[in-house]
Amino acid sequence: MERHFDTELADLKSNILGMGDLVEEAIIDSVEALKQLSRSRAQEVIDSDRFIDEQELKIDEECLDLLALRQPMAVDLRFITMAMKISTDLERMADLAVDISQRVLELTDKPLLKPLVDIPKLTLLAQEMTRNSISSFINKDAELARSVILNDIKADNLRDLVQQELLNDYISKNKSTIPRAIPLFLVARHLERICDHATNIAEDVIYWLEARVVKHHPEKLDQNV
Amino acid sequence: MDNQIKMQAKNVDFFYGKNQALINVNLDVYANKVTAMIGPSGCGKSTFIRLFNRMNELIMHTTLKGKILLDGLDINSPLVDAVDVRRRVGMVFQKPNPFPKTIFENIKYGLKVNGIKDKAFIEQKVEDSLRKAVIWDEVKDRLNDSALKLSGGQQQRLCIARCLAVETEVILFDEPCASLDPISTAKIEELILELKKDYAIVIVTHNMQQAARVSDYTGFFLLGELIEFGKTTDIFTAPQDKKTEAYITGRFG
Amino acid sequence: MKKEFSQNLGFFGLFLCMVTTLLVLGSIIYFIAVRGFGVLNWNFLTQVPYSAMTKGGIAPVIVGTFYITLGAIIFALPLGLACAIYLCEYSPKSIVVNIIRISINNLAGVPSVVFGLFGLAVFVKFFGFGVSILSGSLTLGILALPMIISSAQEALLAVPQSIREASLSLGATKWETIKNIVLPTALPGILTGVILSIGRVAGETAPILFTAAAFYTRGYPKSIFSEVMALPYHIYALMTEGAHPDRQRAIAYGCSLVLLFLVLFISGFAIFLRQRQRSLNG
Repeated sequence: MERHFDTELADLKSNILGMGDLVEEAIIDSVEALKQLSRSRAQEVIDSDRFIDEQELKIDEECLDLLALRQPMAVDLRFITMAMKISTDLERMADLAVDISQRVLELTDKPLLKPLVDIPKLTLLAQEMTRNSISSFINKDAELARSVILNDIKADNLRDLVQQELLNDYISKNKSTIPRAIPLFLVARHLERICDHATNIAEDVIYWLEARVVKHHPEKLDQNV
Repeated sequence: MDNQIKMQAKNVDFFYGKNQALINVNLDVYANKVTAMIGPSGCGKSTFIRLFNRMNELIMHTTLKGKILLDGLDINSPLVDAVDVRRRVGMVFQKPNPFPKTIFENIKYGLKVNGIKDKAFIEQKVEDSLRKAVIWDEVKDRLNDSALKLSGGQQQRLCIARCLAVETEVILFDEPCASLDPISTAKIEELILELKKDYAIVIVTHNMQQAARVSDYTGFFLLGELIEFGKTTDIFTAPQDKKTEAYITGRFG
Repeated sequence: MKKEFSQNLGFFGLFLCMVTTLLVLGSIIYFIAVRGFGVLNWNFLTQVPYSAMTKGGIAPVIVGTFYITLGAIIFALPLGLACAIYLCEYSPKSIVVNIIRISINNLAGVPSVVFGLFGLAVFVKFFGFGVSILSGSLTLGILALPMIISSAQEALLAVPQSIREASLSLGATKWETIKNIVLPTALPGILTGVILSIGRVAGETAPILFTAAAFYTRGYPKSIFSEVMALPYHIYALMTEGAHPDRQRAIAYGCSLVLLFLVLFISGFAIFLRQRQRSLNG
């Protein structure tokens, strides 16, 4: 039976999709700004963040209204409560893109350190996990969500690698590299945090689709019934 | 936490003539918990609840297969007196049905038919039951007024007090708020939440939000079958069966 | 405009019918009253007749009517009520019960003179009670029986099933429910039925013709085996027998007036009770 409510849920979904698109764009732009050391691009990311913040507020209000007025149950209830959490995670991811852009601004008046192999890998992973987590939400793809969660460990490892390399090869050997090393150190952290939030989104998607709580319980990921 | 089982339905089939109204229903009713039965009209939930106090046998040409147990004993066994079962398992009906007598006499009736004659005891019992049903303050000055003068919500609480007076152990509510306004409904729901401390409660309701508000366990009936039974929180956040979910989210029909 | 006109026309037609009915009733009362009022006085109602019933009063006649009516009810009420209770509360819904119901209704349709003959054959002759209050009461009782059963049934059926259920669900047996809840609730309806039968029975002539009534008895009846004078029969007797038709005629009209008032009063009382019962039950 078609319900009025279904239209409202579809609207909510497309709002989240819209916000997801903006966030993906912000992350891509911030990473490009890093690659090209472009001040202007970095500034753009910082300036555009408020649109994303507004989206979060709009989605929160929408969810609250639906909870109050529709008394949703079961899958609808899970969808709406997870939508609220996902919008929070998306907003944090956008904030991290802003942080990366801040680091770019700090770097552009200094010569770049030897380009680190692993930062690009980390940026690719962050973009992939972001895209997949949003995709798993839009397409109701629990398998895709699982793959995102399993990638989180990779992100942790890459960050550790980058930070180790920076510490061992630059900071400890040559104190003058510190002003150029620290921003990169922090960028690695920001990228890893983006992956964490993408993981959160994926965990929320699994709860919505399967009513299974895998958050903080990675061992539950593999049980298929 | 272990739940104590108060009543059970085991492999219950029920027929109106040749028409099977209940199909292989198995369900436990726990003491000190509220168990709700939900489902669309005609799904058998009202028929089912009436098995617990043997009210269905008053209808002609009905057949019951399977067992209904109270504290482990089959209530339909020939050794058991239907009258005794009905004292222990009380019922509150959809439309309040006080007797056309005074408020006092309404409560006294149950005691009278159970052989209690002591005047002082009766008076005390009447007061206790009316207090427990949260209606004492409203009627204490007019116990000799006709019960029919009370409002719908008050009449329903009077009917609840009637059950409490005969010291039932289980209270069956068959859509108790169907004919009441929202405020009376809220009072009855609060009362149910209080009463579950001392009684096992079963409630049939059309209103899913009501089931969600008052019950600890919920059973979903459809076309005579018990589709799903579980903790209310589970049923309403993550039901196992697709049909349950369709009904709860309103995608039914 | 046309619709309203034809509606008003219809209402007026109905109004005329009502007026006609009232006129008929009114003329009956008037006709009888005019002819019978002359003899009505306190003596008429309290003294025995003498001088071949051209003087004195009709006190024993009124008393006679009272006795046989009372007897009829004493016989018909418990029996009729028990029958109604059985039919309503205990018997399964089956063809047999329907046959019984139809039979009871048919009994109500039996002509009253046939009841009289029945009473003559069975009570007067076969049981040997003779022409007496007893025979008359029993015969009238049988006449009243279907009325009492019908109205008792109606009253019992009007008791909502929900309060029976309430009683049973508290642990009462079926009989306790009937005794404590159903009967008291149905009582006003049952009573109304009884009162209406009294009115009917008091005015019946044919059943008492062969079974109880006598043209003249000396004084008041002495036992249930005595013959008795009764109002309906007395009217008949005064108009058809006796030596002084002129004087008797006036007395006959006087009796008619008394009987009429009696029946009207009883009907009125029954209606009053029914109204009160309706307002009590909300």
